Amino acid sequence: METGIHELTAAYALDALEPEERVAYEAHLPGCESCREELATFLQATEALAVAASGPTPAPELRERVLASARAEPQLVVPLAGSRRRAAVPVLAGVAAVAAVVAVALGLWAAHLSSDLSSTRSALDRQRAAAIVLADPTARRVPLKAGAGQLVVNEQGRAVLLLDGLPAAPAGKTYETWIIASGTPVAAGLFAGGASPDVVGVEGVVGNGDVVAVTVEKAGGTMKPTTPPVIASSSI
Amino acid sequence: MRRQHAHLSDEALVALVARGDENALGELYDRVARIAYGLAVRVLRDERLAEDAVQEGFLSVWRTAASFTAERSKASTWILTLVHRRAVDLVRREERRRAEPLAEGTADVAGTSEGPDEEAWLRFERERVQAALRLLPDVQREAIELAYYGGFSQSELAERLGVPLGTIKSRMFAGLARLRELLDEGAQEGSWRPEYTS
Repeated sequence: METGIHELTAAYALDALEPEERVAYEAHLPGCESCREELATFLQATEALAVAASGPTPAPELRERVLASARAEPQLVVPLAGSRRRAAVPVLAGVAAVAAVVAVALGLWAAHLSSDLSSTRSALDRQRAAAIVLADPTARRVPLKAGAGQLVVNEQGRAVLLLDGLPAAPAGKTYETWIIASGTPVAAGLFAGGASPDVVGVEGVVGNGDVVAVTVEKAGGTMKPTTPPVIASSSI
Repeated sequence: MRRQHAHLSDEALVALVARGDENALGELYDRVARIAYGLAVRVLRDERLAEDAVQEGFLSVWRTAASFTAERSKASTWILTLVHRRAVDLVRREERRRAEPLAEGTADVAGTSEGPDEEAWLRFERERVQAALRLLPDVQREAIELAYYGGFSQSELAERLGVPLGTIKSRMFAGLARLRELLDEGAQEGSWRPEYTS
């Protein structure tokens, strides 16, 4: 996947990638300065293409529609360390979303500090993929039947668990995520827990009717769940 | 007050949007929506869907303004990118593809309510970019227009045009690089956008 990803810059600037390629490229971007520079210059050209397309004027009502939809939406705010939040976000969903993005930002930061490059890269990829799902305006929230938090799923079936108050896995154990499609669980990644809120990218793609669940397993994970789930989503 | 933020740069407005300032979002809308909507209409060829793309694009601006980093792109570029992406996603879902994306979607801009300055600037820019596009080799222009205005992915284009994917990639790359050069050459004065005054 890594091979040739630099060649995707022009197609990315033109929005000519398939969703999977787009996610892969966006995961690659934070770690590749030459792609970022090249992309910035290509985006100047695509902005010119946008200007060249300009046509009819939008209906005056569209302005109010845009503002009304913004008013109804909580924002994803990324306060950096030490900054103070100015306004409280009124709804619980908003709090969770804000907390989630803080967690993603901290995760990215922590990954940068890690000395192990390959694990940094995969942690970055995972966090980046999670951030993309959370920022996706088409993503929807699926409530949890067991455990506190929610599952966020975008149109491409990429999913992220936002978990509140899940303690760290016991010594010698790990949390393992599962995608359960027609009763069959498929392993979808391991995580340590203990961060609250925790942002856990689900590896793989979920479909309609699937359930995402989390069990406690022995360190290193298992092929099949061996304990009852501590987290389980409603059907997607 | 509707234009209380009129003196601020686009980037400053994004910073205010990140703090939940709805008026700042309104001001950004006033500056960028005209181009964003025209672009969405060009891609989607349906006014209702174009409105959806603009709305969802601006909603992404609102939701993710805090993640905008000015050193990576200008705010207007970023906003247009978000709207364009929504338009492309929608056109792919709707399969409402341009049968002939190369036919010039010549915009009829007569009788709009915009001020004459902005109108003149847009016309000037449109002609400048179209002139630059005409200087590209046909195959490069075709790849760029089908992708950007037609919403085709590079894989779809390779199939549609019957050429290897690598060829499409290099046409896009060479075409965009050349387009940028041509536009740089043509831009004597640095200002991309007119000064907006209320």
